[in-house]
Amino acid sequence: MATTDVGLHDAAGQAARTPVVNDMSIQVATANGSGSQSSNTVLLRSIFQMGIPVSGKNLFPSNIAGLPTWYTIRANKDGYVARKKKIDLRVSMNQETGRDDVMALESGAAVLYDEPLKLSSLRSDLIFYAVPFDKLVAPVCPEAKLRKLVKNMIYVGVVAKLLDIDLGEVEKALRKQFAKKVKAANLNFAAAQAGYDYAAASLTKADPFKLERMNKTQGKIIIDGNAASALGCVFAGCTVLSWYPITPSSSLAENMIEYLKRFRIGQDGKATFAVVQAEDELAAIGMVIGASWAGARAMTTTSGPGISLMSEFAGLSYYAEIPAVVWDIQRVGPSTGLPTRTSQGDILSTAFLSHGDTKHVMLFPSSPHECFEMAMDAFNLAEQLQTIVFVMSDLDLGMNNWMSDPFPYPDTPIERGKVLTKEDLSRLGGFSRYKDVDGDGVGYRTLPGTQHPAAAYFTRGSGHNAQANYSERPEDYESNMERLSRKFDQARTLVPAPVIETMPKAEIGIIAFGSSHWALTESRDQLRDEHKLATDYLRIRGFPFAHEIADFVRAHKRVYVVEQNRDAQMLSLLKLDLDSELVPKLRSVARLDGLPMDARSVTDEIAAMEGK
Amino acid sequence: MATTPASPKTNRLGLAVLDYRGGKTTLCAGCGHNAISERIIDALYEMGVQPERVAKLSGIGCSSKSPAYFLSRAHSFNSVHGRMPSVATGAVLANRSLMALGVSGDGDTASIGIGQFVHLMRRNLPIIYIIEDNGVYGLTKGQFSATADLGSKLKTGVVNELPPIDTCELAISLGATFVGRSFSGDKRQLHAMLKAAIAHNGTVLLDVVSPCVTFNDHEGSTKSYKYMIDHEEPLQEISFIPVFEDIAVDYDPGTTLEVEMHDGSKLRLRKLEEDYDPTNKIRAISRLNEAKEKGEMLTGVLYVNTKAPTFLDMLNITEQPLATIPASATRPGPEVLEQVMEELR
Repeated sequence: MATTDVGLHDAAGQAARTPVVNDMSIQVATANGSGSQSSNTVLLRSIFQMGIPVSGKNLFPSNIAGLPTWYTIRANKDGYVARKKKIDLRVSMNQETGRDDVMALESGAAVLYDEPLKLSSLRSDLIFYAVPFDKLVAPVCPEAKLRKLVKNMIYVGVVAKLLDIDLGEVEKALRKQFAKKVKAANLNFAAAQAGYDYAAASLTKADPFKLERMNKTQGKIIIDGNAASALGCVFAGCTVLSWYPITPSSSLAENMIEYLKRFRIGQDGKATFAVVQAEDELAAIGMVIGASWAGARAMTTTSGPGISLMSEFAGLSYYAEIPAVVWDIQRVGPSTGLPTRTSQGDILSTAFLSHGDTKHVMLFPSSPHECFEMAMDAFNLAEQLQTIVFVMSDLDLGMNNWMSDPFPYPDTPIERGKVLTKEDLSRLGGFSRYKDVDGDGVGYRTLPGTQHPAAAYFTRGSGHNAQANYSERPEDYESNMERLSRKFDQARTLVPAPVIETMPKAEIGIIAFGSSHWALTESRDQLRDEHKLATDYLRIRGFPFAHEIADFVRAHKRVYVVEQNRDAQMLSLLKLDLDSELVPKLRSVARLDGLPMDARSVTDEIAAMEGK
Repeated sequence: MATTPASPKTNRLGLAVLDYRGGKTTLCAGCGHNAISERIIDALYEMGVQPERVAKLSGIGCSSKSPAYFLSRAHSFNSVHGRMPSVATGAVLANRSLMALGVSGDGDTASIGIGQFVHLMRRNLPIIYIIEDNGVYGLTKGQFSATADLGSKLKTGVVNELPPIDTCELAISLGATFVGRSFSGDKRQLHAMLKAAIAHNGTVLLDVVSPCVTFNDHEGSTKSYKYMIDHEEPLQEISFIPVFEDIAVDYDPGTTLEVEMHDGSKLRLRKLEEDYDPTNKIRAISRLNEAKEKGEMLTGVLYVNTKAPTFLDMLNITEQPLATIPASATRPGPEVLEQVMEELR
């Protein structure tokens, strides 16, 4: 018989009568390694193709196969793409988590589940749809060993029917997903069709959620931050990539290798790049330092544990003034932490990475588009300032799917910084590597191999004078360190400027950065609509801090610094930088549980602190 | 009668030995490292290597200071402890026309740096890697390193109870393509070996025992001058004929092995051990182990392979240095970006 159990709870009944259009979240619970990623991508793309703003977030375990994994798709007509705390439709394929998944739902939510899991008896205030997946998959997939994978495409068909997704869109998305693998595409589409047909024949729609065509995704792309970063690095003219595999940064390197192979082979059939999978992160950054010293645009990509290992070389880069670009796709620490969960927890340690007086330039992208753009910024800044530059992405930004406007072709020229050629040396007669000729703290360098007898200098991490000779003289050390400090201060005006968004009559300010931006955008609307609280918003995009940040704090009564870590790391950095009379204005909204930031939590916390 | 001053002797580039010199050494008088610097200067001069083409790289320690004491006209990088291999790798990738000359010590290589050392050896990157090997840490005043021999005694009486790491054996088994061991006091051998190293295309590992006169040159040390003079067991008499010196000297193929180097130079090894074949990897490793059993300090060209592809070959890197390749070659055009965007729509 048809297995639709409509909850008797009033709220559910009420909701069913008022359709909720283009505003919902779907969470699919499966086992890691069961092939659900394809199904979820097809579902995401189908909604995207209907013109509805959408985002997809993968909550996965640090495991190859077997442990539970969740994929959340959010469709929102207003363009909110942050994680939504409330789940509206749960697809429950995993026996292990079935019970907990159902118990965690808010009243009125819908559950589509694998029939043998018998979840409908658990709650009376939810809407249940039971689907006999094994029975449906057998006729469409004669090959038994493929059934485990194909089974997941059935729920795509069921969801499509329940939410009014055109099956034509599913087919289009599916054929894009499987590209040239026509047989696999056919098999999977048959499964989606079977799910769709089953839902049409046997399920009675009882939830209020519905998707309708819009035109808000026209021309847009779907990309994850790591692919966007990789693409940016290719267009930034990166020539050397050395890396060591680590979640969640590996896909940046892997995407980049693919792009390099496609787009950076010269007419002679030779590579205009070198990629090395190093033996560890120490070697990865060492190769970057060596390559940059010799004149390449070199980079590595890593996450927290790798950053810790790179500490000594970061100090060398700072002190010997060698460019380097390091991507930190942040994950949850300390130590191994939660390797597959997102955080903004490396801010403070990276700012001052290494022993002695060091400070480093950091960039904070908040979208794939900025990942792409900041790749150019990072390489240019590293070479202009002759120092290490960290791009602080995170797992949510790096590994999840984001909608984006297509990236415009970069108009930023490739800036190689102050490098003297053979001809320059003939004209000048010589040079002093660490002399502040231009008053900006940045000296001139030469590249090894420059064919001039005056080209060479000695690079060292030990004490040195303006001529790059070994020195322990107090005045040499002090003047060198003061120059480095001046140089660093220059970067305030060179890093990407903060982005400020205002509301009329706002007295309250919010500061955030990176992937938190998406929750903040939504949260500010909630504060305005639910609490009549107007806020201005400043998004930090670089460290050292631009002067606009102090001005913003000065202009507001209270400023909430929102970030995804426990210890209010960005707020701490601000405290070190701001005039002391501004510091008492700062309030912290710092939280981290490993899940991407959601708007509701931020809204509730700020509202409570505002006495609302 | 007026005499014209004799013009200084020059090499094939018209450069004098002086052009290959460096700053004044700050190492101890009598330190083996200084003798090695002298051999490096002579070899580079005689081979006519353009000084500006060389990149000198080192880690941390007494040995790693020595690049300051030769070839001032070459860029030099005194990096961090044990990490010279990665820095050198990056430099060579950035500019394949550089001749990378890495100088390290036994602590810098076999203790803190063993991880990077073994991986460098696997890659057959074109580099000359010299270990100035004295078995102790000099700058921190005489602690054992990982190449110290079993039973070797410190001045303080401390006896080393751990087996040494044989860097040559590791290098041979992992993929280095020119591996030799020498002694800073064996001027002729080291000189010839360095010239052959310059002609080689691939990873050269030269472990040069270089006694520390301050901390490890006493009775009971196995890396002292006296111990080396008493125990050195050369495998061959080495001579090297550069490609630009067209000298025809007859040799007996029965007693001499001739190896043609990458640039056409000839390395001639007059066998002191009849059955030793330095192109046989397995034999090389087993001979090193026999030497250990017998307490011999085996020196000479332990292994050579001039045919193996280098890391640059494997990476298929373009001939022009990546460092100076123009932006037009490294930033793809707008049509490429548009193509990628279309794929993502």
